Amino acid sequence: MRVITKIAEWFDHRLQLAAPIREAVEHPVPRNTASWFYVFGSAALTVFLLQLVTGILLALIYVPSAGEAWNSLQALNHQVALGWFMRAMHGWGSNFMVAIVLIHMVQVFLFGAHKFPRELTWIIGVFLLLMTLGMAFSGQVLRFDQDAYWGLGIGASIASRVPIIGPFAVKLMLGGPIIAGATLSRFFALHVFVIPGLLIGFVCLHVLMVLKLGINEWPMPGRIVKRTTYEAEYHALTKKDGEPFVPYAIWKDMFFAAFIILAVAACAFYFGPFGPTGQPDPTIIQTAPKPDYFFLWLYALLSLLPPSLETPFLLICPPLVILGLILLPFLSGEGEKSWKRRPIAVVTVLMIAITLGTFTRMAQFTPWSPQMNAWSGDPVPDSYIHGTTALERQGALVFQVKQCRNCHSLGDTGGKRGPALDSVAVRLTQDQLIRQVIQGGGNMPAYGNNLSPAETTALVAFLETLHPAAQGPARDAARELVLSNGKPQTSGTQP
Amino acid sequence: MSTNIVTAPPAVRNLSRRGFFMKLGILFNGFAAIVLALPVARFLFSSITRGRGNGYLSWVRLGDVGNFPEGETRMATFRNPLVMPTDGKTVDTACWVRHIAGNQFQVFAINCAHLGCPVRWFPQSGLFMCPCHGGAYYRDGARASGPPERGLFEYPYKIENGVLTIDAGQLPTPGDPVASLNSEKPPCA
Repeated sequence: MRVITKIAEWFDHRLQLAAPIREAVEHPVPRNTASWFYVFGSAALTVFLLQLVTGILLALIYVPSAGEAWNSLQALNHQVALGWFMRAMHGWGSNFMVAIVLIHMVQVFLFGAHKFPRELTWIIGVFLLLMTLGMAFSGQVLRFDQDAYWGLGIGASIASRVPIIGPFAVKLMLGGPIIAGATLSRFFALHVFVIPGLLIGFVCLHVLMVLKLGINEWPMPGRIVKRTTYEAEYHALTKKDGEPFVPYAIWKDMFFAAFIILAVAACAFYFGPFGPTGQPDPTIIQTAPKPDYFFLWLYALLSLLPPSLETPFLLICPPLVILGLILLPFLSGEGEKSWKRRPIAVVTVLMIAITLGTFTRMAQFTPWSPQMNAWSGDPVPDSYIHGTTALERQGALVFQVKQCRNCHSLGDTGGKRGPALDSVAVRLTQDQLIRQVIQGGGNMPAYGNNLSPAETTALVAFLETLHPAAQGPARDAARELVLSNGKPQTSGTQP
Repeated sequence: MSTNIVTAPPAVRNLSRRGFFMKLGILFNGFAAIVLALPVARFLFSSITRGRGNGYLSWVRLGDVGNFPEGETRMATFRNPLVMPTDGKTVDTACWVRHIAGNQFQVFAINCAHLGCPVRWFPQSGLFMCPCHGGAYYRDGARASGPPERGLFEYPYKIENGVLTIDAGQLPTPGDPVASLNSEKPPCA
């Protein structure tokens, strides 16, 4: 024992680190911050360290070359012992990291921890969030498969819309005129060197500021933050009611860290690695690329925005949101901390969460995309052609062959791009049906050039049968009146 | 000693020998930074500078005109003119060739004019459909429905000795529809 102490003393005499480390771990924290609500920051750091380790392990096998990356992923999945598990840990780790960083941010915001004097800690946190999302996107690119390839095309198309510098930004992002070897190499550099380097630096700053300024005390309704008095109050609180961080508060962080690592491992073991999907061969176009879950909301938004609003939205909203997050601690740097006295803050968080959640959920079903195989795969249900005339059956055939089914469902099968047509005859009269089929409109292509008059007649005859048994089809009353008497009825009603 | 420093003439305090050398050192390092920054910037932005004036574009052959029957739209593939050793399959590019009649063609980029996903041709309904966000185009490439703001990107083409040739080499994007240069906008359906 004496030998170990002697060796430790020898090192510390030269390093001089024992005193500052002891000071850091034993710094007093308010008793009420030793809470399960305060574990998400350290959990984010834990997952980040896990990503560093699994990332380095993957780099032992992975080849960052457009010609070899996909094959090296296959080797990881199938040839290298537990390569699949390391890929799964890294993939699930990224999902957990995005989720935990977001939860950490919401907790910090609702507990008022962004207020004076922790404004800069919050701002660095915003940069950490952006870098985490940057890691998520670039990591998806390194999984160089069909989704990654076309995802890069989407990124390039968005970047190209920036006025003036857009086309240059695309070439800088792709490293050339097309998505190719140079593209993967530069995303590898971003994912492995640039962003992690920045992340490590900013994480150190972030943690250092938490140590220097002290952890945010548990917010009490009515305890108002004022620039002039807050710091004195906080020091009085830690003096009167403080406990050393180690071991008083840290045991909860440690438990949660171990729980998160086990949760990532369990997901990795049970669900396995993500992809890779098909080879990144641009001539294979039978694909429906989709982003990873943290960008699904954006995928939904890009499908649902009106075309004219899309570019302004893409170019104006992200800078505004980032600017808003950076300015937040300056706009509300004082005042109430407790979420119980900040209804607008709570409603804002709920609104954002519900919006993102709804878009994410929708993106799992992609109701806006035509179902490319519905026309050949989903037959018209029997009941819809029971007791129909030859013309109407011919119409049902036209309906299938012209791929109406890719966008319109019958009996709950088929595309969801356009409205379901099970009772379309109740909504539209014969004339309106003909007009809609021939001229399109309301987001439907015009089929006038692509249907013969006979096909149109048959198709509309079939569509007119689509109404509930107890409810007749829509009719144009005026038209029937005109047809029944052969001339306008108005003359008869004149005095 | 301390009185010496206090009474030293102001000129000496403003520019001591050591202070002068420190400033010179900063200047020298600034010069070194500029000397290094120029080649670094040239290297970093090389993909932009080469593309100026469409230095990436050149004429590539799609195949004999006979491969594309009149009145039909077929997929064709070509190898990007610029190939790097590590590109793998990514330099193989697809496009849609519509043979209207005689020597009249339309060659569309595979990339949707919305966000670049690969559009598929459906001859039965005469539509190009995009699997990503639901864009649709008519047979002549004009926008039919969905989020795209314009029709499909078109490559300029020419026929040389019975071989269909297009001016290609760069990913067309909404902000830089380079494939459409020198070609007419698709007429309205």
